[in-house]
Amino acid sequence: MIDVADEATAQMGAPASPATSNPTVPVAGRASARPATGRSAGRRGSGPFRKGLEITLFVAPALALLGLFVVVPIARAVQISFFKWKGYGDFERFVGLDNYRRVLENPEFIEAFQHNMIIVVASIAIQLPLGLAIALLLNRKMRGQGILRTIIFVPYVLSEVIAGVIWYQMFVPNEGIIDTVLSSVGLSGPKQGFTGSLEWALPAVIAVLTWKYLGMAIILFLAGLQGVPEELYEAAQLDGASWWQIQRRVTIPMLGPTLRTWAFLSMIGSLQLFDMVWVLTGGGPANATSTMATFLVQQGTQRSNYGIASAASVILFIVALVMALLYQRFIMNRDNTATVVRRKKVSR
Amino acid sequence: MSTATAAPKGAAAAAATKTARRTNRSTNVMRGGNPWIYFIALIVVAFSLGPVLYGVISGFRTNGDLIRNPSGLPDPWVLKNYSGILSDSNFWRYTLNSTVIALITTALVVICGVMAAYPLARYKFKGREGIYTIFVAGLLFPATVGVIPLFILIRDLNLSNTWWGIALPQAAYALPLTVVILRPFLQAIPNELEEASQLDGASRLGFFWRILLPLSGPGLVTVGVLAFVGSWNAYLLPLLLLLGDNKTLPLGVADFSAEHSTDIAGVFAFTSLAMIPALIFFLAMQKRIVSGLQGAVKG
Repeated sequence: MIDVADEATAQMGAPASPATSNPTVPVAGRASARPATGRSAGRRGSGPFRKGLEITLFVAPALALLGLFVVVPIARAVQISFFKWKGYGDFERFVGLDNYRRVLENPEFIEAFQHNMIIVVASIAIQLPLGLAIALLLNRKMRGQGILRTIIFVPYVLSEVIAGVIWYQMFVPNEGIIDTVLSSVGLSGPKQGFTGSLEWALPAVIAVLTWKYLGMAIILFLAGLQGVPEELYEAAQLDGASWWQIQRRVTIPMLGPTLRTWAFLSMIGSLQLFDMVWVLTGGGPANATSTMATFLVQQGTQRSNYGIASAASVILFIVALVMALLYQRFIMNRDNTATVVRRKKVSR
Repeated sequence: MSTATAAPKGAAAAAATKTARRTNRSTNVMRGGNPWIYFIALIVVAFSLGPVLYGVISGFRTNGDLIRNPSGLPDPWVLKNYSGILSDSNFWRYTLNSTVIALITTALVVICGVMAAYPLARYKFKGREGIYTIFVAGLLFPATVGVIPLFILIRDLNLSNTWWGIALPQAAYALPLTVVILRPFLQAIPNELEEASQLDGASRLGFFWRILLPLSGPGLVTVGVLAFVGSWNAYLLPLLLLLGDNKTLPLGVADFSAEHSTDIAGVFAFTSLAMIPALIFFLAMQKRIVSGLQGAVKG
């Protein structure tokens, strides 16, 4: 099956095959296919109505699921955010934007927001160079490559709860393995343990996140590296480029779309972070590791402030949306048009 | 089947260039064998596997040993933690729940996902990019945003505390990523194949069934495995939606570690056993996942 897919992409990527050597052929093919379907409507049973019906039937189930279980609840969350509501009875006490004001003025929420931002930046700042360096080094024929990639993938596969429980035990002060190892080399961790200390708890969470998600970055970068045409390396070598020059001038620029997409996914994930923090620290100590998600779950489930929780969730969504749009606008948009052309040119 | 002729030709050409590349490869700078590379690989392996192995091995300790000597090997090795968990009916109950919920979620995601991705990838129509944007925007909705209303909705649908009550919303939240991965995958299937199948008289639906679905196998496996593991590992939705007998393994792990806070070795054993099924399943599928993700990230 994989080979089949390779054929498909190989054909796309290698316009040397007779059918695509003339760049106008696919365009012409498309253009002529359209009127042809109109003319032979009887045979293909198409026409705009039939086509519309097909589109509707195919897209409807997914849109229905998305609508019922994602859009409707979120719309309800927006509605609830305008009320003071404790989880039962009708919505009676309309409070307008008061919940939003209270969330935005709440130092706990501001702190949680700052933690999210720190995690967004730290995840990319740590995992991007580290993952890229490791991927570049491992991108070669070597023994045990398959098993290596499998092992790198392991932390990503584990649930955040399981990873969190294991790391929680490793971070236990004095008796946990991390403190034991530190004391055996003459160092000592903070008295309350890493996850219990005000200044170390957030770095500890970031460290565990790095452990869990670095492998995913490496695997994605390696996959992206496979897409760099071999001819480029050969050409660069013929020109006498060193390994480092090849990486810097050829490989990394060609990896651009992969890196940008990865960073986008990483950013969204960091903004929504909940499970790991909840298991590892519960947002504590003294909110030192709270995120917007832990804030709203605490408000909702533990304090039954559904109005506040909903307002916080809407703010979380708006923050994610604005950041995503800015990212798409200023960073990703280079990929959508430019790289396709560039990729084609390069492989020619 | 003149539709097939295009593919073998291309395949032969691709295979030829591939073997040519391989032979070239052994003589260029991309060659391995540098001991430093193996050293770095070893560090990466230790970093990735260390905590996991620590958890698994600690499951073989006694609690006293765990406190006295957490960094050495177990002394003595005991099986009672693992056997205790394996004879715990709750553990099997949670495993069954996790499995069924993950299977329902996966089926829903793959079927609805490929159906939605097909027109978005290969039809030209007004509003196509608009619909696609809905799915992309869906990536931004964390389950947390709508979780309280979702809880009420599931209750009103009489699905509270049932397998479907958790699988349906999970599938809905997994769909955006599925469509985003599958669309470029389906787009990459050459137009020549579609034109050839049209010439042979196949309708668009015929093309979908006979050519597109078989060719997109790796992509479907990718999104299927991602959905399965996503469901298997999910925490927040089950935490708020499932109770008692219907809990899934992550809830079980969290509960167990809270209830047995003094039996740390038991916690490690429970945790280790809970991660095995997803680990095996995912690692077995790893190659296909990577080839699928590759398409998504490049696109």
